[in-house]
Amino acid sequence: MRLLALSATLLALAATTAPASAQGPAPLAAEGCLGCHGPEGRGVAGGIAIAGRDRAELVAIMTAFRANERPGTIMGRIARGYTDAEIAAVAEHFSRIR
Amino acid sequence: MTTTFPRRAFLVAGAALAAPATLRAQGTAMRLVVIGGGFGGASAASFARRTYPDVQVTLVEPQPRFVTCPYGNLLLGGERQIGQITHSYDGLRARGVDVIHDRAAGIDAPTKRVRLAGGAVLAYDRLILSPGIAIRWGAIEGYDEAAAQHMPHAWIPADGSQTLLLRRQLEAMPDGGVVGFAIPGNPFRCPPGPYERISMVAHYLKRHKPRSKILALDAKEGFSKQGLFQDGWRALYGDMIEWVPGNRDGRVVKVDVAERVLETEFGTRHKVDVANVIPPQSAASVAAASGLVNDTGWVPVNTRTFEARAAAGVHVIGDANIPGPMPKSGYVANTTAKQAVAAAVALHRGQTPPEPVYFNTCYSHVGENYGISVVGIFRPNADGTAIVEVPNSGGVSPRGDLPEQRRLEAIHADAWYESITRSMFG
Repeated sequence: MRLLALSATLLALAATTAPASAQGPAPLAAEGCLGCHGPEGRGVAGGIAIAGRDRAELVAIMTAFRANERPGTIMGRIARGYTDAEIAAVAEHFSRIR
Repeated sequence: MTTTFPRRAFLVAGAALAAPATLRAQGTAMRLVVIGGGFGGASAASFARRTYPDVQVTLVEPQPRFVTCPYGNLLLGGERQIGQITHSYDGLRARGVDVIHDRAAGIDAPTKRVRLAGGAVLAYDRLILSPGIAIRWGAIEGYDEAAAQHMPHAWIPADGSQTLLLRRQLEAMPDGGVVGFAIPGNPFRCPPGPYERISMVAHYLKRHKPRSKILALDAKEGFSKQGLFQDGWRALYGDMIEWVPGNRDGRVVKVDVAERVLETEFGTRHKVDVANVIPPQSAASVAAASGLVNDTGWVPVNTRTFEARAAAGVHVIGDANIPGPMPKSGYVANTTAKQAVAAAVALHRGQTPPEPVYFNTCYSHVGENYGISVVGIFRPNADGTAIVEVPNSGGVSPRGDLPEQRRLEAIHADAWYESITRSMFG
Protein backbone atom coordinates (compact mmCIF):
# COMPACT_ATOMS: atom_id res chain seq x y z
CA MET A 1 0.00 0.00 0.00
CA ARG A 2 2.84 2.35 0.83
CA LEU A 3 4.26 1.86 -2.64
CA LEU A 4 0.88 2.51 -4.16
CA ALA A 5 0.47 5.62 -2.09
CA LEU A 6 3.89 6.88 -3.08
CA SER A 7 3.19 6.16 -6.73
CA ALA A 8 -0.03 8.07 -6.48
CA THR A 9 1.80 10.95 -4.86
CA LEU A 10 4.41 11.00 -7.58
CA LEU A 11 1.75 10.89 -10.26
CA ALA A 12 -0.07 13.67 -8.50
CA LEU A 13 3.10 15.70 -8.25
CA ALA A 14 3.83 15.13 -11.92
CA ALA A 15 0.46 16.67 -12.67
CA THR A 16 1.03 19.85 -10.74
CA THR A 17 2.08 21.81 -13.77
CA ALA A 18 -0.93 20.71 -15.83
CA PRO A 19 -4.13 22.76 -15.71
CA ALA A 20 -6.95 21.37 -13.62
CA SER A 21 -8.97 18.79 -15.46
CA ALA A 22 -12.05 20.26 -17.07
CA GLN A 23 -13.99 17.28 -15.78
CA GLY A 24 -12.88 18.06 -12.24
CA PRO A 25 -12.49 15.55 -9.45
CA ALA A 26 -13.95 12.10 -9.23
CA PRO A 27 -17.70 12.55 -8.91
CA LEU A 28 -18.49 13.29 -5.30
CA ALA A 29 -21.15 10.59 -5.48
CA ALA A 30 -18.34 8.10 -6.07
CA GLU A 31 -16.21 9.59 -3.29
CA GLY A 32 -19.08 8.73 -0.96
CA CYS A 33 -18.46 5.01 -1.59
CA LEU A 34 -14.87 4.98 -0.37
CA GLY A 35 -15.67 5.09 3.33
CA CYS A 36 -16.84 1.46 3.11
CA HIS A 37 -15.34 0.15 -0.13
CA GLY A 38 -11.78 1.27 0.55
CA PRO A 39 -9.31 3.50 -1.27
CA GLU A 40 -10.33 3.78 -4.92
CA GLY A 41 -13.10 1.28 -4.21
CA ARG A 42 -10.64 -1.61 -4.12
CA GLY A 43 -12.10 -3.14 -0.95
CA VAL A 44 -10.16 -3.72 2.27
CA ALA A 45 -10.63 -5.86 5.37
CA GLY A 46 -13.68 -7.73 4.08
CA GLY A 47 -15.12 -4.72 2.31
CA ILE A 48 -16.43 -5.47 -1.14
CA ALA A 49 -14.31 -4.30 -4.09
CA ILE A 50 -16.16 -2.23 -6.68
CA ALA A 51 -13.16 -0.93 -8.62
CA GLY A 52 -12.54 -2.22 -12.11
CA ARG A 53 -15.94 -3.87 -12.54
CA ASP A 54 -17.86 -3.56 -15.75
CA ARG A 55 -19.77 -0.32 -16.08
CA ALA A 56 -23.03 -1.91 -17.18
CA GLU A 57 -22.77 -4.48 -14.41
CA LEU A 58 -22.36 -1.73 -11.80
CA VAL A 59 -25.35 0.16 -13.19
CA ALA A 60 -27.43 -3.02 -13.14
CA ILE A 61 -26.42 -3.82 -9.55
CA MET A 62 -27.16 -0.33 -8.26
CA THR A 63 -30.45 -0.16 -10.15
CA ALA A 64 -31.50 -3.54 -8.75
CA PHE A 65 -30.57 -2.45 -5.22
CA ARG A 66 -32.59 0.71 -5.71
CA ALA A 67 -35.63 -1.27 -6.91
CA ASN A 68 -35.33 -3.63 -3.92
CA GLU A 69 -34.75 -6.48 -6.34
CA ARG A 70 -31.35 -7.53 -5.03
CA PRO A 71 -30.69 -8.82 -1.53
CA GLY A 72 -28.19 -6.89 0.56
CA THR A 73 -27.55 -5.53 4.01
CA ILE A 74 -27.45 -1.77 3.47
CA MET A 75 -27.02 -1.07 -0.26
CA GLY A 76 -30.76 -0.98 -0.97
CA ARG A 77 -31.18 1.81 1.56
CA ILE A 78 -28.25 3.69 0.04
CA ALA A 79 -29.06 3.16 -3.65
CA ARG A 80 -32.52 4.66 -3.18
CA GLY A 81 -30.78 7.99 -2.54
CA TYR A 82 -29.05 8.05 -5.94
CA THR A 83 -30.32 9.60 -9.15
CA ASP A 84 -29.92 7.80 -12.48
CA ALA A 85 -27.22 10.28 -13.42
CA GLU A 86 -25.29 9.59 -10.22
CA ILE A 87 -25.51 5.83 -10.69
CA ALA A 88 -24.14 6.28 -14.21
CA ALA A 89 -21.33 8.55 -13.00
CA VAL A 90 -20.38 6.22 -10.16
CA ALA A 91 -20.36 3.19 -12.47
CA GLU A 92 -18.29 5.06 -15.03
CA HIS A 93 -15.80 6.15 -12.37
CA PHE A 94 -15.20 2.74 -10.79
CA SER A 95 -15.19 0.90 -14.12
CA ARG A 96 -12.21 2.99 -15.20
CA ILE A 97 -10.05 2.05 -12.21
CA ARG A 98 -7.60 -0.69 -13.08
CA MET B 1 11.14 11.72 -1.49
CA THR B 2 7.84 12.36 0.17
CA THR B 3 7.13 15.70 -1.48
CA THR B 4 8.69 18.44 -3.49
CA PHE B 5 6.46 21.13 -2.03
CA PRO B 6 8.09 23.84 0.03
CA ARG B 7 7.43 23.39 3.69
CA ARG B 8 5.60 26.12 5.51
CA ALA B 9 5.61 28.26 2.39
CA PHE B 10 2.84 30.37 3.79
CA LEU B 11 4.01 30.71 7.32
CA VAL B 12 4.02 34.46 7.60
CA ALA B 13 5.40 34.77 11.09
CA GLY B 14 6.85 32.59 13.80
CA ALA B 15 9.38 29.82 13.58
CA ALA B 16 11.09 28.93 10.33
CA LEU B 17 10.86 31.14 7.29
CA ALA B 18 10.60 29.10 4.12
CA ALA B 19 13.36 29.46 1.59
CA PRO B 20 12.70 32.57 -0.54
CA ALA B 21 13.41 30.71 -3.77
CA THR B 22 10.70 28.13 -3.15
CA LEU B 23 8.30 30.83 -2.02
CA ARG B 24 8.68 32.55 -5.38
CA ALA B 25 8.36 29.28 -7.26
CA GLN B 26 5.03 28.51 -5.61
CA GLY B 27 3.68 32.02 -5.55
CA THR B 28 0.42 31.28 -7.37
CA ALA B 29 -0.55 27.95 -5.81
CA MET B 30 -3.75 28.01 -3.84
CA ARG B 31 -3.07 27.80 -0.12
CA LEU B 32 -5.55 25.58 1.71
CA VAL B 33 -5.19 25.46 5.48
CA VAL B 34 -7.04 22.71 7.34
CA ILE B 35 -7.58 23.03 11.08
CA GLY B 36 -8.16 19.75 12.84
CA GLY B 37 -6.85 16.31 11.90
CA GLY B 38 -9.88 14.16 12.69
CA PHE B 39 -12.58 12.67 10.49
CA GLY B 40 -13.33 16.01 8.85
CA GLY B 41 -9.89 17.55 8.64
CA ALA B 42 -7.83 14.49 7.72
CA SER B 43 -10.41 13.55 5.08
CA ALA B 44 -10.25 17.09 3.69
CA ALA B 45 -6.46 17.14 3.56
CA SER B 46 -6.22 13.72 1.92
CA PHE B 47 -8.95 14.47 -0.62
CA ALA B 48 -7.43 17.84 -1.47
CA ARG B 49 -4.03 16.31 -2.21
CA ARG B 50 -5.49 13.37 -4.16
CA THR B 51 -7.78 15.53 -6.23
CA TYR B 52 -6.07 18.91 -6.62
CA PRO B 53 -2.33 18.25 -6.84
CA ASP B 54 -1.61 21.93 -7.47
CA VAL B 55 -3.14 23.02 -4.15
CA GLN B 56 -0.82 23.46 -1.18
CA VAL B 57 -2.30 21.87 1.92
CA THR B 58 -1.31 22.57 5.51
CA LEU B 59 -2.94 20.62 8.34
CA VAL B 60 -2.90 21.98 11.88
CA GLU B 61 -3.54 19.40 14.60
CA PRO B 62 -2.32 19.45 18.21
CA GLN B 63 -2.09 15.68 18.70
CA PRO B 64 0.92 13.83 17.24
CA ARG B 65 -1.33 10.85 16.47
CA PHE B 66 -5.09 10.51 16.09
CA VAL B 67 -7.10 8.19 18.31
CA THR B 68 -10.50 7.55 16.77
CA CYS B 69 -13.77 7.90 18.61
CA PRO B 70 -15.24 5.10 16.47
CA TYR B 71 -14.09 1.72 17.73
CA GLY B 72 -13.16 3.24 21.08
CA ASN B 73 -16.22 1.39 22.32
CA LEU B 74 -14.71 -1.88 21.11
CA LEU B 75 -11.66 -1.10 23.24
CA LEU B 76 -14.01 -0.73 26.21
CA GLY B 77 -15.50 -4.11 25.30
CA GLY B 78 -12.05 -5.71 25.26
CA GLU B 79 -12.12 -6.24 21.48
CA ARG B 80 -9.48 -3.69 20.45
CA GLN B 81 -6.21 -2.33 21.81
CA ILE B 82 -5.36 1.37 21.73
CA GLY B 83 -2.77 0.87 18.98
CA GLN B 84 -5.48 -0.47 16.68
CA ILE B 85 -7.44 2.77 16.87
CA THR B 86 -4.43 5.12 16.75
CA HIS B 87 -3.34 6.61 13.44
CA SER B 88 -0.20 8.38 12.30
CA TYR B 89 -0.11 11.49 10.13
CA ASP B 90 2.81 10.08 8.14
CA GLY B 91 0.50 8.97 5.33
CA LEU B 92 -0.77 12.52 4.89
CA ARG B 93 2.81 13.81 4.95
CA ALA B 94 3.66 11.32 2.21
CA ARG B 95 0.83 12.79 0.17
CA GLY B 96 2.45 16.20 0.47
CA VAL B 97 0.41 17.63 3.32
CA ASP B 98 2.40 19.93 5.58
CA VAL B 99 1.36 18.73 9.05
CA ILE B 100 1.91 21.21 11.88
CA HIS B 101 1.34 19.94 15.40
CA ASP B 102 -0.05 23.03 17.08
CA ARG B 103 -3.44 24.34 18.13
CA ALA B 104 -5.35 27.02 16.23
CA ALA B 105 -6.02 29.84 18.66
CA GLY B 106 -7.91 32.26 16.45
CA ILE B 107 -9.00 33.01 12.91
CA ASP B 108 -9.01 36.43 11.31
CA ALA B 109 -11.28 35.89 8.31
CA PRO B 110 -10.96 39.42 6.82
CA THR B 111 -7.17 39.12 6.52
CA LYS B 112 -7.31 35.33 5.94
CA ARG B 113 -4.93 34.40 8.72
CA VAL B 114 -4.88 31.75 11.41
CA ARG B 115 -3.02 32.36 14.64
CA LEU B 116 -1.55 29.27 16.28
CA ALA B 117 -1.11 28.81 20.02
CA GLY B 118 2.62 28.45 19.47
CA GLY B 119 2.76 31.97 18.03
CA ALA B 120 2.95 31.27 14.31
CA VAL B 121 0.53 32.89 11.89
CA LEU B 122 -0.59 31.08 8.73
CA ALA B 123 -1.95 32.90 5.70
CA TYR B 124 -4.53 31.06 3.59
CA ASP B 125 -6.65 31.49 0.51
CA ARG B 126 -9.35 29.19 1.86
CA LEU B 127 -9.68 27.67 5.32
CA ILE B 128 -11.21 24.30 6.20
CA LEU B 129 -12.11 24.35 9.87
CA SER B 130 -12.83 20.97 11.43
CA PRO B 131 -12.08 21.58 15.09
CA GLY B 132 -14.48 19.07 16.63
CA ILE B 133 -16.31 19.59 19.87
CA ALA B 134 -15.78 21.08 23.30
CA ILE B 135 -17.24 19.69 26.49
CA ARG B 136 -19.56 22.20 28.14
CA TRP B 137 -17.89 22.02 31.52
CA GLY B 138 -20.31 23.03 34.24
CA ALA B 139 -23.44 22.12 32.25
CA ILE B 140 -23.71 19.25 34.73
CA GLU B 141 -23.09 20.61 38.23
CA GLY B 142 -19.83 19.32 39.65
CA TYR B 143 -18.58 17.98 36.34
CA ASP B 144 -15.35 19.77 35.47
CA GLU B 145 -11.98 18.71 34.11
CA ALA B 146 -10.91 17.41 37.52
CA ALA B 147 -14.11 15.36 37.81
CA ALA B 148 -13.40 13.84 34.38
CA GLN B 149 -10.32 12.20 35.88
CA HIS B 150 -12.66 10.17 38.10
CA MET B 151 -15.77 9.97 35.95
CA PRO B 152 -14.37 9.93 32.41
CA HIS B 153 -16.37 11.27 29.49
CA ALA B 154 -14.20 9.39 26.98
CA TRP B 155 -15.95 11.41 24.30
CA ILE B 156 -12.97 13.39 23.01
CA PRO B 157 -10.23 10.80 22.57
CA ALA B 158 -7.27 13.24 22.31
CA ASP B 159 -4.33 11.03 23.32
CA GLY B 160 -6.65 8.16 24.25
CA SER B 161 -6.23 8.65 28.00
CA GLN B 162 -9.94 9.13 28.72
CA THR B 163 -10.93 5.94 26.91
CA LEU B 164 -8.14 4.00 28.61
CA LEU B 165 -9.15 5.39 32.02
CA LEU B 166 -12.71 4.17 31.55
CA ARG B 167 -11.42 0.76 30.47
CA ARG B 168 -9.21 0.49 33.57
CA GLN B 169 -12.14 1.41 35.79
CA LEU B 170 -14.26 -1.33 34.19
CA GLU B 171 -11.45 -3.82 34.72
CA ALA B 172 -11.07 -2.81 38.37
CA MET B 173 -14.78 -2.95 39.14
CA PRO B 174 -15.90 -6.00 41.15
CA ASP B 175 -18.47 -8.40 39.74
CA GLY B 176 -21.91 -7.21 40.77
CA GLY B 177 -21.03 -3.54 40.37
CA VAL B 178 -23.11 -0.88 38.61
CA VAL B 179 -21.83 1.02 35.59
CA GLY B 180 -23.67 4.33 35.27
CA PHE B 181 -23.99 6.36 32.10
CA ALA B 182 -25.07 9.98 31.82
CA ILE B 183 -26.20 10.67 28.25
CA PRO B 184 -26.92 14.16 26.91
CA GLY B 185 -29.78 15.62 24.93
CA ASN B 186 -29.47 16.38 21.21
CA PRO B 187 -27.40 17.49 19.43
CA PHE B 188 -24.17 15.77 20.37
CA ARG B 189 -21.28 13.92 18.73
CA CYS B 190 -22.16 10.45 17.41
CA PRO B 191 -25.85 9.91 18.23
CA PRO B 192 -25.64 6.09 18.44
CA GLY B 193 -22.30 6.22 20.27
CA PRO B 194 -23.56 6.04 23.86
CA TYR B 195 -25.74 3.03 23.02
CA GLU B 196 -22.98 1.15 21.24
CA ARG B 197 -20.85 1.91 24.29
CA ILE B 198 -23.52 0.47 26.59
CA SER B 199 -23.57 -2.60 24.35
CA MET B 200 -19.82 -3.09 24.40
CA VAL B 201 -19.60 -2.59 28.17
CA ALA B 202 -22.36 -5.18 28.54
CA HIS B 203 -20.40 -7.47 26.22
CA TYR B 204 -17.40 -7.19 28.55
CA LEU B 205 -19.42 -7.55 31.75
CA LYS B 206 -21.33 -10.58 30.49
CA ARG B 207 -18.06 -12.42 29.98
CA HIS B 208 -16.15 -11.27 33.02
CA LYS B 209 -18.57 -9.80 35.59
CA PRO B 210 -21.97 -11.26 34.78
CA ARG B 211 -23.71 -10.16 37.99
CA SER B 212 -23.07 -6.49 37.17
CA LYS B 213 -25.66 -3.98 35.99
CA ILE B 214 -25.73 -1.03 33.63
CA LEU B 215 -27.79 2.03 34.50
CA ALA B 216 -28.15 4.35 31.50
CA LEU B 217 -29.53 7.75 32.52
CA ASP B 218 -30.59 9.67 29.44
CA ALA B 219 -31.71 13.27 28.96
CA LYS B 220 -33.74 12.16 25.92
CA GLU B 221 -36.93 10.18 25.43
CA GLY B 222 -35.59 8.29 22.44
CA PHE B 223 -32.33 7.59 20.61
CA SER B 224 -30.71 6.51 17.37
CA LYS B 225 -31.44 2.92 16.28
CA GLN B 226 -33.38 2.53 19.52
CA GLY B 227 -35.52 -0.46 18.58
CA LEU B 228 -32.54 -2.33 17.17
CA PHE B 229 -30.37 -1.63 20.19
CA GLN B 230 -33.06 -2.63 22.65
CA ASP B 231 -33.83 -5.83 20.70
CA GLY B 232 -30.15 -6.69 20.85
CA TRP B 233 -29.82 -5.84 24.52
CA ARG B 234 -32.68 -8.16 25.44
CA ALA B 235 -31.41 -10.96 23.22
CA LEU B 236 -27.77 -10.77 24.28
CA TYR B 237 -27.73 -9.33 27.79
CA GLY B 238 -31.13 -10.14 29.33
CA ASP B 239 -31.94 -7.64 32.06
CA MET B 240 -28.41 -6.34 32.58
CA ILE B 241 -29.19 -2.94 31.03
CA GLU B 242 -31.69 -0.46 32.45
CA TRP B 243 -32.30 2.60 30.25
CA VAL B 244 -34.04 5.53 31.94
CA PRO B 245 -35.41 8.19 29.57
CA GLY B 246 -35.64 11.88 30.31
CA ASN B 247 -39.37 11.77 31.01
CA ARG B 248 -38.71 9.21 33.74
CA ASP B 249 -36.18 11.37 35.49
CA GLY B 250 -33.23 10.21 33.41
CA ARG B 251 -31.54 13.58 32.97
CA VAL B 252 -28.36 13.85 35.06
CA VAL B 253 -27.93 17.40 36.36
CA LYS B 254 -25.27 16.93 39.04
CA VAL B 255 -22.43 14.59 39.91
CA ASP B 256 -20.84 13.83 43.26
CA VAL B 257 -17.40 12.50 42.47
CA ALA B 258 -16.43 11.58 46.04
CA GLU B 259 -19.63 9.54 46.55
CA ARG B 260 -19.73 8.26 42.94
CA VAL B 261 -23.27 9.55 42.58
CA LEU B 262 -25.16 10.66 39.47
CA GLU B 263 -28.04 12.93 40.46
CA THR B 264 -31.02 13.45 38.18
CA GLU B 265 -33.41 16.36 37.67
CA PHE B 266 -35.83 15.43 40.44
CA GLY B 267 -33.09 14.81 42.98
CA THR B 268 -32.72 11.04 42.67
CA ARG B 269 -29.17 10.08 43.67
CA HIS B 270 -27.87 7.02 41.81
CA LYS B 271 -24.79 5.50 43.42
CA VAL B 272 -22.67 3.68 40.87
CA ASP B 273 -19.28 1.95 40.82
CA VAL B 274 -18.09 3.29 37.48
CA ALA B 275 -19.53 6.42 35.89
CA ASN B 276 -19.23 7.45 32.25
CA VAL B 277 -20.49 11.01 32.03
CA ILE B 278 -21.08 12.15 28.46
CA PRO B 279 -21.81 15.84 28.97
CA PRO B 280 -23.53 18.38 26.74
CA GLN B 281 -21.22 19.71 24.03
CA SER B 282 -20.62 22.65 21.72
CA ALA B 283 -18.34 23.45 18.80
CA ALA B 284 -14.67 23.53 19.80
CA SER B 285 -13.51 26.76 21.40
CA VAL B 286 -11.70 28.16 18.34
CA ALA B 287 -15.08 28.44 16.58
CA ALA B 288 -16.55 30.56 19.36
CA ALA B 289 -13.33 32.56 19.76
CA SER B 290 -13.49 33.38 16.06
CA GLY B 291 -17.12 34.53 16.19
CA LEU B 292 -18.50 31.68 14.09
CA VAL B 293 -21.07 30.12 16.43
CA ASN B 294 -24.66 31.21 16.98
CA ASP B 295 -26.55 31.02 20.27
CA THR B 296 -26.73 27.22 20.02
CA GLY B 297 -22.96 27.00 20.43
CA TRP B 298 -22.58 25.43 16.98
CA VAL B 299 -21.63 26.93 13.60
CA PRO B 300 -24.32 27.67 10.98
CA VAL B 301 -23.00 26.96 7.48
CA ASN B 302 -23.89 27.30 3.82
CA THR B 303 -25.52 24.04 2.73
CA ARG B 304 -23.51 23.78 -0.50
CA THR B 305 -20.06 25.11 0.43
CA PHE B 306 -19.97 24.73 4.22
CA GLU B 307 -18.77 28.30 4.53
CA ALA B 308 -19.61 29.68 7.92
CA ARG B 309 -22.54 32.08 7.72
CA ALA B 310 -20.45 34.51 9.76
CA ALA B 311 -17.18 34.33 7.79
CA ALA B 312 -16.51 34.12 4.06
CA GLY B 313 -13.73 31.76 3.08
CA VAL B 314 -13.97 29.68 6.28
CA HIS B 315 -15.52 26.28 5.52
CA VAL B 316 -16.64 24.54 8.71
CA ILE B 317 -17.09 20.77 8.63
CA GLY B 318 -17.38 17.91 11.06
CA ASP B 319 -19.10 17.91 14.42
CA ALA B 320 -18.68 21.68 14.95
CA ASN B 321 -21.28 22.73 12.40
CA ILE B 322 -25.08 22.65 12.32
CA PRO B 323 -25.67 20.04 9.62
CA GLY B 324 -29.47 20.07 9.39
CA PRO B 325 -30.82 16.53 9.68
CA MET B 326 -27.39 14.94 9.22
CA PRO B 327 -25.89 13.39 12.37
CA LYS B 328 -22.60 14.50 13.85
CA SER B 329 -20.87 11.38 12.57
CA GLY B 330 -17.48 10.44 11.18
CA TYR B 331 -18.96 9.51 7.82
CA VAL B 332 -20.78 12.81 7.43
CA ALA B 333 -17.56 14.61 8.35
CA ASN B 334 -15.75 12.56 5.69
CA THR B 335 -18.18 13.18 2.84
CA THR B 336 -18.91 16.82 3.64
CA ALA B 337 -15.15 17.42 3.87
CA LYS B 338 -14.88 16.49 0.19
CA GLN B 339 -17.68 18.83 -0.84
CA ALA B 340 -16.19 21.63 1.28
CA VAL B 341 -12.78 21.21 -0.35
CA ALA B 342 -14.28 20.98 -3.84
CA ALA B 343 -16.33 24.10 -3.16
CA ALA B 344 -13.36 25.96 -1.69
CA VAL B 345 -11.20 25.19 -4.73
CA ALA B 346 -14.00 26.08 -7.17
CA LEU B 347 -14.71 29.39 -5.45
CA HIS B 348 -11.01 30.25 -5.36
CA ARG B 349 -10.89 29.64 -9.11
CA GLY B 350 -14.05 31.63 -9.77
CA GLN B 351 -15.99 28.48 -10.65
CA THR B 352 -19.33 27.12 -9.43
CA PRO B 353 -19.10 24.53 -6.64
CA PRO B 354 -20.09 20.99 -7.68
CA GLU B 355 -23.55 19.56 -7.11
CA PRO B 356 -23.48 18.17 -3.60
CA VAL B 357 -24.62 14.84 -2.24
CA TYR B 358 -23.80 13.86 1.32
CA PHE B 359 -23.73 10.40 2.85
CA ASN B 360 -23.91 8.88 6.27
CA THR B 361 -23.11 5.25 6.93
CA CYS B 362 -22.88 4.43 10.58
CA TYR B 363 -22.49 0.96 12.06
CA SER B 364 -22.78 -0.01 15.69
CA HIS B 365 -21.62 -3.23 17.33
CA VAL B 366 -24.24 -4.56 19.72
CA GLY B 367 -22.39 -7.79 20.51
CA GLU B 368 -20.27 -10.49 18.95
CA ASN B 369 -21.25 -11.00 15.30
CA TYR B 370 -24.04 -8.50 15.86
CA GLY B 371 -23.86 -5.26 13.88
CA ILE B 372 -26.58 -2.75 13.04
CA SER B 373 -26.54 0.36 10.90
CA VAL B 374 -28.16 3.59 9.93
CA VAL B 375 -27.56 5.21 6.56
CA GLY B 376 -28.68 8.48 5.03
CA ILE B 377 -28.31 10.38 1.77
CA PHE B 378 -28.75 14.12 1.94
CA ARG B 379 -28.82 17.13 -0.39
CA PRO B 380 -29.53 20.83 -0.11
CA ASN B 381 -33.14 21.72 -0.88
CA ALA B 382 -34.05 23.66 -4.03
CA ASP B 383 -33.25 27.11 -2.68
CA GLY B 384 -30.28 25.92 -0.65
CA THR B 385 -31.70 27.09 2.66
CA ALA B 386 -31.60 23.65 4.27
CA ILE B 387 -30.15 20.19 3.89
CA VAL B 388 -32.79 17.48 3.54
CA GLU B 389 -32.71 13.70 3.48
CA VAL B 390 -33.58 12.13 0.13
CA PRO B 391 -37.14 10.77 0.54
CA ASN B 392 -37.57 6.98 0.66
CA SER B 393 -33.85 6.38 1.07
CA GLY B 394 -31.64 5.55 4.01
CA GLY B 395 -32.86 4.33 7.35
CA VAL B 396 -31.89 1.64 9.82
CA SER B 397 -31.34 -2.10 9.54
CA PRO B 398 -34.51 -4.20 9.50
CA ARG B 399 -35.73 -5.47 12.86
CA GLY B 400 -36.49 -9.08 13.62
CA ASP B 401 -34.57 -12.30 14.14
CA LEU B 402 -32.01 -11.85 11.37
CA PRO B 403 -28.71 -13.39 12.53
CA GLU B 404 -27.13 -13.42 9.08
CA GLN B 405 -27.90 -9.72 8.55
CA ARG B 406 -26.38 -8.91 11.96
CA ARG B 407 -23.32 -11.06 11.28
CA LEU B 408 -22.68 -9.46 7.90
CA GLU B 409 -23.17 -5.96 9.27
CA ALA B 410 -20.58 -6.66 11.98
CA ILE B 411 -18.12 -7.68 9.24
CA HIS B 412 -19.03 -4.64 7.16
CA ALA B 413 -18.53 -2.43 10.19
CA ASP B 414 -14.93 -3.61 10.46
CA ALA B 415 -14.47 -2.96 6.72
CA TRP B 416 -15.99 0.49 7.24
CA TYR B 417 -13.41 1.29 9.90
CA GLU B 418 -10.49 0.16 7.77
CA SER B 419 -11.81 1.91 4.68
CA ILE B 420 -12.62 5.25 6.19
CA THR B 421 -9.45 5.50 8.24
CA ARG B 422 -7.37 4.62 5.18
CA SER B 423 -9.22 7.26 3.18
CA MET B 424 -8.25 9.75 5.90
CA PHE B 425 -4.70 8.75 6.70
CA GLY B 426 -3.51 6.46 3.91
